[in-house]
Amino acid sequence: MKKIALNGAGLLVALFAAFPVYWMIATSLKPNREIFSATPRPVPAEPTLEHYREILTGNLIPGVTFLDFFLNSVLVAVATVLLSGLVALLAATAVARFRFTLRTSFLILLLVVQMIPLEALVIPLFLMIQRLGLYNTLPSLILTYLGFSLPFAVWMLRGFVAAVPKELEEAAAIDGASRAQTFRKVLFPLVAPGLVATSIFSFITAWNELIFALTFINDQQRYTLPVAMTFFFGRDDTAWGSVMAASTLFTLPVIIFFLLVQRRMVSGLVAGAVKG
Amino acid sequence: MTTLTKVTGEAAAREHPARRRRRKVDRLPYLLLLPCLAIIAVLLLWPLGQVVMMSFYKLDSVRQLRGDREWPWVGLANYAQILGDPFFRTVLRNTVLFAFANVALTMVLGTLVGLLLNRLGKKMATFVASCVMLAWATPALTGTIVWKWIFDDTSGLVTWLFNKLPDGLSTTLFGRSDWTGYGWFNDPLLFFAILTLVVVWHSFPFIAVSVLAGLKSVPTELQEAARVDGAGPWRVFWAVTFPMLRPVFGILVVLSTIWDFKVFTQQFVLAGGTQDRSTFMLSIYSYAEAFSPPPKYGLGSAIAVILTVILLAVTALYVRMVLKQEDES
Repeated sequence: MKKIALNGAGLLVALFAAFPVYWMIATSLKPNREIFSATPRPVPAEPTLEHYREILTGNLIPGVTFLDFFLNSVLVAVATVLLSGLVALLAATAVARFRFTLRTSFLILLLVVQMIPLEALVIPLFLMIQRLGLYNTLPSLILTYLGFSLPFAVWMLRGFVAAVPKELEEAAAIDGASRAQTFRKVLFPLVAPGLVATSIFSFITAWNELIFALTFINDQQRYTLPVAMTFFFGRDDTAWGSVMAASTLFTLPVIIFFLLVQRRMVSGLVAGAVKG
Repeated sequence: MTTLTKVTGEAAAREHPARRRRRKVDRLPYLLLLPCLAIIAVLLLWPLGQVVMMSFYKLDSVRQLRGDREWPWVGLANYAQILGDPFFRTVLRNTVLFAFANVALTMVLGTLVGLLLNRLGKKMATFVASCVMLAWATPALTGTIVWKWIFDDTSGLVTWLFNKLPDGLSTTLFGRSDWTGYGWFNDPLLFFAILTLVVVWHSFPFIAVSVLAGLKSVPTELQEAARVDGAGPWRVFWAVTFPMLRPVFGILVVLSTIWDFKVFTQQFVLAGGTQDRSTFMLSIYSYAEAFSPPPKYGLGSAIAVILTVILLAVTALYVRMVLKQEDES
């Protein structure tokens, strides 16, 4: 009896959590007459890919397609990932492998800057971007997201570096490997999985970001996907089929990446809170 | 005396190469940190200082930002204007109430789901956890767009559901039976309720998973002992489980508070921009003052500073907690 109640509660929770995602995908596969019918169907009766065809082939503005926005987003996110991964790896190695005077101060700094409300930085960063002449360029976003993703990336990566047994590097050093060689041939391959996990978080940060992209980019053909979605779909509440198809295409990569690394997210954020 | 000098001399000789190496290595960590520190300084700390500085100026054109025009210093005038504006008090009240309600709801729901996941059978737990992950993984933007579709005034699921209510019941309860065309987002209170639903939906998974991780890490004997002694689930939670997980809860509450204080994307998408001032909270208020024409960057900065000060106070609490735990473990 109790077990049934528990399982029932579990099903309710699962329904509440997953339903919107399901509904997004289901709607994107329905023909318009099903979407706008008086009685919504839980499952598409005649599934169709017409909305996907619509957004992938149609021009949202003359000469610019959904795919262009997608590529803008990919470019920004990938550049952010590469830069932040490199810089974070260096910093994480410093923190995990060396004891130096300012180590604790640096760790505190990492914690504190993660708590800076990024929303409060829109105005001064807008000023900086204007001054640097980067307004209305994708590098303005890459720079911004680099700053945003770096503290968490270092925080997370330091655990991976610390997990590599120091003895391996010492052995390599005894065998005559230089510091650079040890780093490249011993530490790097062992930290690589952690670097991938960290990169996914930087990717998601850059991929999802809306406010700065909304503020720093003026030309429609340079919009990233979130801005394009708010601009072309968010205000147009008639074409729900296309909106849901675009949302699905935007969301799926994130969900897939996220599921790959979510476990590390918890340990990163509540680091130290749970013993053992 | 001689022996002592000899011994120390020997020790020094023995230590010498090691010390030299250590001194040489000492510079390396700083070199490795340099790019990271530079980026944090330029992209996070410098702007944080800039926003404070900008809040003391009257800035209302992009040309001032580019440096083509003077920056008139106005001292605390921006702050005086905001703090004297009754609208700011409304916004502050909205922000605080919203954050409080969302933190409370997220914590309660998240904890319950965490406890539930801990009690479910393996297969069921995996299934429910996977579904919960979906809500967490969904980007704020698209998650909000879907909820907006669910609350659409003509073909939305909620509108349909309310139309399905027996007309008599619906009329007695809400004073209307036909919900088609009902603007779910027009009434500020209803808007905040839906925004709360969206934000809680996005944020309870993190709490649930963290609480679950905490539960798995503490020994279960105490809970069992309490249960054997006849304590009900409520008692077991408050007398045994909660005290053991207190540090986890502390950090989760602080993190949630920080996140819920600065909700932006969900609000921006749900409200369809920054036109609806009746539902403003601090972060969107700051943004709208600065970037909606006519731009008022100085005023927007002052609001951003106020938001930051509130959040830094909460952060100080968070850092103290984390450091305390790193010491303990």
